[in-house]
Amino acid sequence: ERGHGPYQPHEPGYGLYQPGFSPYDDQIPDPKSRMLAIQNAKAYLLKSSTTSGLNLYDHLANMLTKILDERPANVVDIIENISKDVKWAQFQKKMDTLRDEHESLPTFEAAEKCKALFLKANGEGDEDLEEELGETPLPNVMETAFYFEQAGIGLSKDESYHIFLALKKLISVQPIQSCRFWGKILGLEMNYIIAEVQYHEGEEEEEAEEEEVTEEGEKGNGEVEDKDEEKEKEDEPPKSTYKPPPVIPKEENGTGANKYVYFVCNEPGKPWVKLPPVTPAQIVCARKIKKFFTGRLDAPVVSFPPFPGNEANYLRAQIARISAGTQISPTGFYQFAEEEGDEEEEGGGGRDTYEENPDFQPLSVAEMVDSLSTWVHHTQSILKQGRCVWLNPLQKSEEEEDEEEEEEEEKEEEGNAEEPDELQQEIGPPLLTPLSEDEGIQNLPAWTAQPSTNLIPQYAVAILQSNRWPGAYAFASGKKFENIYFGWGHKYSPESHTPALPPPVQVEYPSGPEITETRDPTLEEELAFKAAKEEALAAAEEEEDDEDVEDDEEEEDD
Amino acid sequence: MEATSLPAALELAAGGGAGLSPEKRAVLGASLLLLQRDYRFERVWFWGCIQGVRGAYYIAEGLGPDRAAPRSRLYSLNCVEWSLLPPATKEMVEQAEQLKGRFQGDPSFVYEYTERSAEDAERLFEDGKEPVIKEEIRLVATIEQIDRAVGIIPRGAFVKTPLGSVHENRNFEGLSLTEAKKLSSYFHFTEPVNLKNKTLLEKADLDPSTDFLDSLEHDIPKGSWTVQLEKGGTVVVLRSLLWLGLTFYHVPMTKQYGYVYFGTGEKNLDLPFML
Repeated sequence: ERGHGPYQPHEPGYGLYQPGFSPYDDQIPDPKSRMLAIQNAKAYLLKSSTTSGLNLYDHLANMLTKILDERPANVVDIIENISKDVKWAQFQKKMDTLRDEHESLPTFEAAEKCKALFLKANGEGDEDLEEELGETPLPNVMETAFYFEQAGIGLSKDESYHIFLALKKLISVQPIQSCRFWGKILGLEMNYIIAEVQYHEGEEEEEAEEEEVTEEGEKGNGEVEDKDEEKEKEDEPPKSTYKPPPVIPKEENGTGANKYVYFVCNEPGKPWVKLPPVTPAQIVCARKIKKFFTGRLDAPVVSFPPFPGNEANYLRAQIARISAGTQISPTGFYQFAEEEGDEEEEGGGGRDTYEENPDFQPLSVAEMVDSLSTWVHHTQSILKQGRCVWLNPLQKSEEEEDEEEEEEEEKEEEGNAEEPDELQQEIGPPLLTPLSEDEGIQNLPAWTAQPSTNLIPQYAVAILQSNRWPGAYAFASGKKFENIYFGWGHKYSPESHTPALPPPVQVEYPSGPEITETRDPTLEEELAFKAAKEEALAAAEEEEDDEDVEDDEEEEDD
Repeated sequence: MEATSLPAALELAAGGGAGLSPEKRAVLGASLLLLQRDYRFERVWFWGCIQGVRGAYYIAEGLGPDRAAPRSRLYSLNCVEWSLLPPATKEMVEQAEQLKGRFQGDPSFVYEYTERSAEDAERLFEDGKEPVIKEEIRLVATIEQIDRAVGIIPRGAFVKTPLGSVHENRNFEGLSLTEAKKLSSYFHFTEPVNLKNKTLLEKADLDPSTDFLDSLEHDIPKGSWTVQLEKGGTVVVLRSLLWLGLTFYHVPMTKQYGYVYFGTGEKNLDLPFML
């Protein structure tokens, strides 16, 4: 008897018995029916899915083609993934153009900017070539990078070269006398690449004029306010007697903490932005806070004590602190220029200029590494005040002294006599002090010195790492030396950072004989007082009565 | 980072200014291979370098067939001779957490406890041991902490087999650029902690073969990772702010990824103030 198959799709037994597996297999199936079974199976496989539009037959064919083309090892383990990939590839084609456009755009733009660095600027003819070959302020970034690389410090060669070209662009745009790659500070969203620059003399006057104008404007406002005060003195509630501490003026451009001008950019290829000069208030505040840089110069710095400025100012303040603490050179490379005047005339400010020593004899690498006295600081350290050269903020010009006398008279009238404390002159270590004078933190020395390699001492480079400012490095090899900074821009402290506490609450009013604050009397005290008062009254009445009685008695006697 | 791709990887992770000198690079190429032979590791990772005051420790990790098993750690002072470190235990980590300050650079250096609570003192006196920690133990504990806290891999790079062991995913072709900028595409390569706390709805979306680890999205404090595109947008670099010096790089749409630590081995406890 023949089997019940092959079943047609509308029959209830369809799909239950596969060809070759039906219970009637002991009978030799008819070749014709086997062909039919195969056709049915193929038709089933070719059926398109209602959800995706694919059919299994094509999918298996694609998959097997891919496998046979690529021949991966251990295919059976990854067969499901291959299947998923083939399906995914089907869908991808439709959205390809859109996706490509969206994704690649930022990378293409960045590549364009990079390429622009490598193109020679317009207008550079052959005449300029001779100028370039002569003295150029452009530092040899690649050479410095090579020496630092011997110690494992530095960026990738590509990035160094980009920075090299970016500096070249900077020099062609600004009137720069000397330029140096200061380092890289990392940030949250973007990083900063920093160049230290000195202008030609006479190029920096523009900014100074702007600042003078603003100062005069403020002075004018002050005078107007004084007049108003005198008129309305009696009606106004008592004015606050708070006098903010005198603002310490920032150092002149070209001296002290503002000796160099700094330019930053986020990536080589982006335009360089000049950082504003740093004020002592900013340095003093920067010492108390510890914040990451975001990478945007206009980002606000939210902190306590409130930082007077935005991220550009905070960055400039940190750069000033790092430079003052970690810019070092081998002893003897720089020397003081010979001066004719007396040292004492300078008022304890000390020398602040140095020049290269033409007779410099480099020490061997072993000597540079063994003792820290072979290195000196060549930047002035910043005093507690926030400046490199101490300035007494109470010394004022003649105009201001006149105003002050008026104010002092007013003060005396109001009964406040607050004399400003006499400020001690702050003195820092003089320029060109050796590193052995640097204080360590607890038992940590301020610097760690190592040769770059122990295997080939003839060509080793002396490397110094700062422990107070992690990320500051210096190398010396023969007559060459350089400093650099790669890091987040913060000082190292073994203790956790403790933010400043808010100042104590100010007194509302001065406590004196006319106004004093006492506690309210408690109920018992009040009752006791009342009782005592009544007693006194009663006693007084008795006395009166007594007196009346006495008077009466006296009258009677008479 | 994989020892085999060390030179290229160092170039990609050099954005922070820290790297290896040519001498070290050359010697690592050879000595890591020898490590693989001697200890029969399947993979050798160059973990990074912890800078001490007087010297530096170079650390390598070796992985066996199950990539998620505890890794063997070795350290060297000169990248030539390597010494195996003892596996990290909970007590080691607790002890080391109390230490502050830089590493000294000498593995036999002994730290003394400066502050201890009364309970600890009693416990220690009972044991009869003196409260000292060797720098080696501190090293082990620090590496373990760093790996556990900030050792990361891209999503999909590893798959978990039904038997529980973890292997590299041979089908991993890299994250796309948009995915690579999101923190949720990276996982901590350690025992998951938060996975069970996800809601059922979230768990339904997970693919158990690839999503068996914690992602970086819910790291505390928020913002303890910086994600940047470097080299003109071709490399995604993640830097940890909790352990300053840990750099993770990945080139989108390729199989290149890895993390390396160049730093002082100190946790940045000031992080909440700095953000």
